[in-house]
Amino acid sequence: MRLIVNGKTHEVDVEDEMPLLWVLRDVLGVTGPKYGCGIAMCGACTVHVGGEPVRSCSLPVGDVKADVITIEGLGTPAALHAVQKAWVAHQAAQCGYCQSGQIMSAAALLSANDNPSDDDIDQAMSGNLCRCGTYPRIRAAIRAAARELKGRPT
Amino acid sequence: MSRVGTIARRTFLIGTAVIAGGVAFGVYAYKREPINPLLKDLGDGQAALTPYVRIDQSGVTIITPRADLGQGVASILAALVAEELDIAWNDIRVDFGSPSAAYYNGIAAAEGLPVPATDSSFKARTTRVVGDAVSKFLGLQITGGSSSVPDAYEKMRIAGAAAREVLLQAAARRTGIPKHQLKTRDGNVITPRGEVLSYASLAAEAAKIEPPQKVRLKPAADWRYLGKPMQRIDIVAKSTGTATFGIDIRMPGMVYATVRANPAIGGGIKGYDASAAAKARGVIAVVPITGGVGVIADNTWRAFKAAELIKCDWGAAPYPPSSAAMFEVVASSFTGERQDSRLKDEGDVEAALQDAGVIEAEYKVPYLAHAPLEPMNAVVQLKDGRLDIWTATQIPLFVVATAAEVSGLAPDNVHLHSLMSGGSFGRRLEDDYVRQAVEIAKAYPGHPIKMTWTREEDMTHDFPRPLGMARMRGAVRDGKVEAYDLKVACPSVTASQIGRLHMPTFGPDIAIVAGAWDQPFRIPHYRVTGYRVPELVPVSSWRSVGASANGFLHNGFLDELIHEAGVDPLKELIRLCWHEPSRKVLEAVGEMSKWGSDVGKDRGRGIAFTLSFGVPVAEVVEVSNTPQGIRIDKVFVAADVGRVLDPTNFENQVQGAVIWGLGHAVNCELTFKDGVAEQTNFHAYEGLRLNQAPTIEVRAIDNGSPIRGIGEPPVPPAAPALANAIFAATGKRIRELPLNKHIDFV
Ligand code: FES
Ligand code: FES
Repeated sequence: MRLIVNGKTHEVDVEDEMPLLWVLRDVLGVTGPKYGCGIAMCGACTVHVGGEPVRSCSLPVGDVKADVITIEGLGTPAALHAVQKAWVAHQAAQCGYCQSGQIMSAAALLSANDNPSDDDIDQAMSGNLCRCGTYPRIRAAIRAAARELKGRPT
Repeated sequence: MSRVGTIARRTFLIGTAVIAGGVAFGVYAYKREPINPLLKDLGDGQAALTPYVRIDQSGVTIITPRADLGQGVASILAALVAEELDIAWNDIRVDFGSPSAAYYNGIAAAEGLPVPATDSSFKARTTRVVGDAVSKFLGLQITGGSSSVPDAYEKMRIAGAAAREVLLQAAARRTGIPKHQLKTRDGNVITPRGEVLSYASLAAEAAKIEPPQKVRLKPAADWRYLGKPMQRIDIVAKSTGTATFGIDIRMPGMVYATVRANPAIGGGIKGYDASAAAKARGVIAVVPITGGVGVIADNTWRAFKAAELIKCDWGAAPYPPSSAAMFEVVASSFTGERQDSRLKDEGDVEAALQDAGVIEAEYKVPYLAHAPLEPMNAVVQLKDGRLDIWTATQIPLFVVATAAEVSGLAPDNVHLHSLMSGGSFGRRLEDDYVRQAVEIAKAYPGHPIKMTWTREEDMTHDFPRPLGMARMRGAVRDGKVEAYDLKVACPSVTASQIGRLHMPTFGPDIAIVAGAWDQPFRIPHYRVTGYRVPELVPVSSWRSVGASANGFLHNGFLDELIHEAGVDPLKELIRLCWHEPSRKVLEAVGEMSKWGSDVGKDRGRGIAFTLSFGVPVAEVVEVSNTPQGIRIDKVFVAADVGRVLDPTNFENQVQGAVIWGLGHAVNCELTFKDGVAEQTNFHAYEGLRLNQAPTIEVRAIDNGSPIRGIGEPPVPPAAPALANAIFAATGKRIRELPLNKHIDFV
């Protein structure tokens, strides 16, 4: 089957029910999205499919009908996305394992809503678990990224 | 030969020299330090000036020999060296180093000694020196006990200063300019005429110079990095998905594996039927491992699916099958025969508790899993008589010994490549996952194999924080706490954990009463007794270890007594506290939280204090009692770690530790049925999520105390401060964790 990941087209020969996460990680070598639970409870595997945030551990690859963007496609160390810049500035990460997923959820939120309320942030982010407890910094980073995306002074 | 035998033999010669030398005289003598492990693999033109600094043509690498589990230790340790060595922040490169006794941890062992951190007597200091010597002897290169910073604070700055000194000498020899006229800046030696000699260009000459025995360290006032917010060296990688965890390693020809071991821990496997699994797509092999089965496939998901197809005939757990049965064992352990310690016994508790009006209570805490977000994994390759292991571990020397034992190779042929880990919280103080990976490699040699556990495997094979119970009695008089008798019963973490490392333990297990017996309070009649429950489920160190439970037990009942006395909790804690730095921390949290001001309708404030790992921490939690349940609004934290080396990371660690403490207190427990943990994934073990996380205000208090680590000490006061706040808001006293068994949360 054909899969477009971060703008690149791939032909993969796998079972339809294989979760997108494992196709990305083990077949295509895209390891930014992480495995944390496999049951859509932690959000570490969050990627965008057709611009929507999805838990790739629970999405069979056969059901992927749109382009996939992973953290690697959002920005790079040399060209950070606004959300990533805010994550660096606020030193959000501790172990960092959840952060690919956190950033993808936050980026999806901000592309749909550039002025999120605290409730909006709660809604968008409550599916992403952080065992290290970096939530206060994540919230601050999202607010900063929203200001930057709106071009307001930070 | 047993593992310990191997380790002891390998380090003995080094160890005795060290104990005879540096420690006794308090002099940091380089020549007597354990052999510098960097010297053995140096290439041409490379210099390893101390065990912590390697310089070659491409620049300086700092060895940070502690596991970075998210606590940011690599950055802080690198900063200690960089500060003295004088290199630019952006040029810092770090390497976790190879396992070596040279990287012993002199502080971690001291934490298990029966000397309270507040005791600075000669005897206490001597006992701690012995702890350091023992640790050197065993070469315990361990990461734990919030010890990395106190252990490294001097030795890594000295390493940086010594390396700089050698580079200056090399430059002096080359240029003929006297050393005192040379300066350094950002990785270069600068001559008076402004010539610039990079450290890299001086490496070959520097290698021939003996490092000085004594160096002068910069005064703190001259620091460029330390004491100021630093950018973590891994922050860009961790914000772009480019950080490489063990689970992300990829190699040509790599195959993928997973395991299923008996979830009734230690029950073993009587047999299995893998006929369906063997036929599944992508499966390469099904191999037996100790107490279970390993599956090798062409990707992780196929290995997971195939493992589910195996029919296993498990043996029964060697412990009582249910949580209820286990708590019965705990409840029946408050006996003279099971008494393990009575390290605090002041006044006459029995006499003071004769009268009517004695207050009594019983408290309970559950097993808790570490559940770091990255499940256990390791990449292994056994090829041509050499074993390579890529994984994250807090005990590298033990991992090498285990791998050598399992593979039958000499330890010198085992190469451990240490990686950062996606959390640990103590989980990677165990090496069970490495043992399994090596067993799989033995069955399938010649290929790199990545073994990854499912979350379910991880949750059901944790070495949890032990369950425990406490029985308390107390009395108040004239508005004061007069007597406090605390009895704690739980299994011994130390015996369980150290036993698995094949090392003996002796004397009482301080972990049973840590965070209770050693609190800086003066109560006229005050006694803390520990009871050792026989081992049930194998248990291990969980962030803040014994204090994680005792913080709740000790503070919970103390708050009850204070309420009974009818006085203000903060005022009474301050009155009872004899330790100046602890009192200042209590005063600070009172000021931060505006303690005593009106908190509003249906709201409550609770306070708790624990001194653990030498760090006094006071926390105030504010909650609202809403129609949907309790909402945790705000937390105030004051802590004294002496000097804060990185204020940003300090705040991040405190906030994380508070959320850790609160999250587990609110809704986490590991319960057992038929000997198997019932919580198999994050649907049943959630902790706090972002929408439930309070704002957390943090203040560091520097009373000139010795420098300490902050990864663990904010954990113990979080649960009791929350429970006390719930009591203040609702009048409901909860004596059992998790709290959501008794009250709803938003
Ligand atoms: S791994 Fe997908 S939500 Fe946890
Ligand atoms: S930073 Fe470790 S799990 Fe979030």
